[in-house]
Amino acid sequence: MTPSRTPMQQVQASLARRRRKQITLQVLGIGAISAAILMLGLLLTTLTLSGRHALTQTHLTVQVFIDPAEIRADRLPRGGFDDVVTAAIAALIPGADLSNREGRREVSAISSNGAQFLLRDLVVANPALIGQTIALRFPVSDPYDQLFKGLIDRATPEANRRLNDAQIARFDALVAAGAVSTPLNWGLLFNADSRFPELAGLRGALMGSFWALLTCFVIAFPLGIGAAIWLEEFAPRNRISDLIEVNINNLAAVPSVVFGLLALAVFIGWFGLPRSAPFVGGLTLALMTLPTIIIATRAALKAVPPSIREAALGLGASRQQVVFGHVLPLAMPGILTGTIIGLAQALGETAPLLLIGMNAFLTSAATSPFDASTALPTQIFLWADSPERGFVSRTSAAILVLLTFLIVMNALAIALRKRFERKW
Amino acid sequence: MTALAFGILLLATIVAYALNRHAASRLRARGQPLHSLVGHHAGFAALLVLVPVLVLILLWLGLQGPVISRLLMGGLPQGVLDGLDTGAVQLIEAEITSIAGGRIFGTPEDWKLAAAARLVDLRLMSGQMLLLAVSLLALALIALARHKVAPEFRARQSFESIVTGLMVFASIVAVFTTVGIVASLVFEAGRFFAIVPIHEFLFGLNWEPQIPIRADQIAAEGAFGWVPVLVGTLVITVVALVVSVPIGLMSAIYLNEFAAPRARAIIKPVLEILAGVPTVVYGFFAVLTVAPALRSAGAALGMDVSPNTALAAGGVMAIMLIPFISSFADDALSAVPRALRDGALALGATRAETMLNVLFPAALPGIVGGVLLAVSRAIGETMIVVMAAGLMAKLTLNPLDSVTTVTVQIVTLLIGDTSFDNPKTLAAFALGLMLFLVTLVINVFALRIVRKYREAYD
Repeated sequence: MTPSRTPMQQVQASLARRRRKQITLQVLGIGAISAAILMLGLLLTTLTLSGRHALTQTHLTVQVFIDPAEIRADRLPRGGFDDVVTAAIAALIPGADLSNREGRREVSAISSNGAQFLLRDLVVANPALIGQTIALRFPVSDPYDQLFKGLIDRATPEANRRLNDAQIARFDALVAAGAVSTPLNWGLLFNADSRFPELAGLRGALMGSFWALLTCFVIAFPLGIGAAIWLEEFAPRNRISDLIEVNINNLAAVPSVVFGLLALAVFIGWFGLPRSAPFVGGLTLALMTLPTIIIATRAALKAVPPSIREAALGLGASRQQVVFGHVLPLAMPGILTGTIIGLAQALGETAPLLLIGMNAFLTSAATSPFDASTALPTQIFLWADSPERGFVSRTSAAILVLLTFLIVMNALAIALRKRFERKW
Repeated sequence: MTALAFGILLLATIVAYALNRHAASRLRARGQPLHSLVGHHAGFAALLVLVPVLVLILLWLGLQGPVISRLLMGGLPQGVLDGLDTGAVQLIEAEITSIAGGRIFGTPEDWKLAAAARLVDLRLMSGQMLLLAVSLLALALIALARHKVAPEFRARQSFESIVTGLMVFASIVAVFTTVGIVASLVFEAGRFFAIVPIHEFLFGLNWEPQIPIRADQIAAEGAFGWVPVLVGTLVITVVALVVSVPIGLMSAIYLNEFAAPRARAIIKPVLEILAGVPTVVYGFFAVLTVAPALRSAGAALGMDVSPNTALAAGGVMAIMLIPFISSFADDALSAVPRALRDGALALGATRAETMLNVLFPAALPGIVGGVLLAVSRAIGETMIVVMAAGLMAKLTLNPLDSVTTVTVQIVTLLIGDTSFDNPKTLAAFALGLMLFLVTLVINVFALRIVRKYREAYD
């Protein structure tokens, strides 16, 4: 640096470098944000792309002759329902051979395993159908569902394909006969779980999550509000209330799997509560949601200006009358917002529910919080683990259902905040 | 029976409320000056009935199961349980319970049928006794509450002290939860350390928890050294942090200093969405997209990438941590007093220089606290690693290899049927205790840094 340069010149000389540095920092920042948003986009795109296949389900509509020789009214609910369905399908396939076992199996494999039970339930409900011909619509089995949705590439060599040429030809005959349709897959929401992807649905999981969240709300909401009011409005500032406060903050950061261990050892091991029950799940989730609700409630109570309290006290209200009559109602929107966000977190929580056994395979939905059940996130985990190809798109679709619930809950919380938020 | 008991509880509460309300208003109508409001008299009566009866019902429901089971098993004929271990005894009890529920498989022995009949009787008796006890207690409390109504009775004070008691109870539940966590972990881990020496657990280099269940089964001996599991956890945590800390900090810096307010108002909630996605979704994303992508990328480079690499699990975990780190860093940067920022700018520093040389160092303690909380999250995160990381414990630092973590082991050891008397199950509690202790230390430390720093500038 030559002494002849003035300070102004020195600054001028370094200015370009300093500006470059600023631009680099900005570019890095934009890059980081773009990367994060790109990840979110990638996540949602792959899930939607994979999940959209499960939004429809390939169905077959055939004219079934309910053969009195196979199905007799006096032997219901037993009967050869599978043979009747197979015969109905074979009627649409030219050259189908039902004389040997191999041929029968090939044809019946097109229909879902649930088709015969669908027909059985119809006939049991109305035995007069025996001897008649009715139109029956039922799901096709998973490989054919994948074929019709274009997920099985016909160009791959036969040996590497899940369906051989003869099977594809048979199915094409059904398509040509106009028997194949792809209606919306309502079974995804209203069926219980099944080993067969084309029949599996989320009803059990939805009921389980409903009971667990209800239990969680009934326990955590009053306890959380009570604790928050006491800590914020009444508790003397001493070692004990300090301890409780530190404790709540730490509890909010304890790994969720540890709550699962607590539930397993205490609720199931020591108290003997039933395994896999949404009630136990809800109890565990309540303990996890409690800190969230307490922290949100305290923030909401703090936001109510002291003038409200002082005015009420000045008019002769007792401290509890002040809190329950004036402060709490004013803080309620904030409390509800926090509670909904806490419940949304609880809805997505998986690990503690796995430990208390809410990942059982169950083909019926829980009718009370004490029945064994799965929950939405554990069902996703179960399906993600299933080897059948059809479960990949079902898992994505189940995730989309879960995300929809979370979006609705969070939107509700935001709307509540917008609608009732008061600036003092 | 239980529903009926709750029905009685509800009815009794309403009756007590109405009775006292009526009595108090009659007193007032006669012109007597009451000490408390009518509503306080009524509320006092309702709470006086509600709380003790509810406690009675809950206690009864909690205790009747074990008591009935003990009575049932104690009343079995001599000798049928001789030489059976706990598992077999539980199986017999389950069979009797299912017979009592009307689900009979095969032809059970006569003594099982008799026991089932007795179980039905015992349950019925317990239900009837509960109803009787609830009714008697409720009646007594209603009478007591009604008896208390008098002009000089301080109903407000009594009512408020019950409410205070309830609030204190609610506050203590959080403490009970912590005590419950510590007690259950320490107790079960203690039973584990009675079987496996603690030094073997802490310093052992092998983790093979698959032990023979029956004596004649061929299986590995079982080794319970947690070092490889811990190393695996650390590898995944480091991967997650290496990815998420730069991205999180850079986004926070940009949002805090450079972004226009409108852009900030959009970007911040979008980043926050990442934090709201359930972890099981991230786990599936890792299995469905990230792991295959890494595998084919590795194949293209001629490297052998295992299907459940630490890189995939850690990378996806990083996505989850980005909003966590960026919002902590943003808060810390915003908490730096305006005077520092204005001073630096007034001296001619560019905004980047202000940020890097003034704001960032001033906010560093808060940022470190946030990163530490992210570390504790990464260590305790379960679903992503359960789905995307491996099961076999391998002592390696290579992020392309398959490693396992503490949380994965806890979940895999406890999924399925568990009984509380084999080391495999108890090992999960020992791991849980370690996990709890490690995260607790990090959390306490981090929360202290965050809070102390905030106070320094306020």
